[in-house]
Amino acid sequence: MLGGVLVVTMRNAVHSAVFLITTLLATAGLYLTLNAEFLFVVQIILYVGGIMVLFVFVIMLVNLDVALHQVQFNRQTWVAGLLSFALLAELLAAVALARSSSTGMQLLPAPHVPSASIEGNTEQIGRLLFTNYVIPFEIASLLLLVALVGAVVMGKKRI
Amino acid sequence: MMIPTGHYVVVSLLLFTTGVIGVLTRRNVIIILMSIELILNAVNINLVAFSHHLASLDGQIFAIFIITDAAAEAAIGLGIIIAFFRNRQTLLADEMDLLRW
Repeated sequence: MLGGVLVVTMRNAVHSAVFLITTLLATAGLYLTLNAEFLFVVQIILYVGGIMVLFVFVIMLVNLDVALHQVQFNRQTWVAGLLSFALLAELLAAVALARSSSTGMQLLPAPHVPSASIEGNTEQIGRLLFTNYVIPFEIASLLLLVALVGAVVMGKKRI
Repeated sequence: MMIPTGHYVVVSLLLFTTGVIGVLTRRNVIIILMSIELILNAVNINLVAFSHHLASLDGQIFAIFIITDAAAEAAIGLGIIIAFFRNRQTLLADEMDLLRW
């Protein structure tokens, strides 16, 4: 599973979309190992079925024949890569420190036995979504409406 | 079989850094958007891992909201890309200087 997620060395043109699909599917698998079945289904339907189709559609719409002959990395590549690896090292050190020290994850209780056996994961999420998280849920619907209108406006012939 | 939470955190960390590298170093705007999706996925893995660790469903709710945001952002971003490409015939991020005077 670790190796599957790390196939994100997507440094090609259209291939990066395919590798992104692979990564999203592997992430869905990770959700499944975490007993999050609803998120697993949502990830596959929404990401792999929706967003990636959109991406591939746009990639086909704007022709990449010209872009294949251009330089694909910008000028600050080395500085940015160096900084990113510094960030990675720092975060890894933080995680290692938290795992070794007694104040970090050791303090947290051990992973509970999942209680999803009585009622399913989807039912629990749905109940929580419509009781405690009604307001964020409605705001998310409003956000989706705004995004819909915005995408239609952006796609018009003349802006 | 129980995978420790720290492994999920490390995987999410690596995915996050890959996304950051992609955002910072690529010139193609579509690939930058896809790297942003990678970053959001890393956050989601982290949220779900800790939600599982703490036996609480709040993290999964947050992950759902993040997925919603990612969908909205992808729609808007790709709309902007199409509109821009129609005007300027380019996809490179460092040639997008409409706001530069």
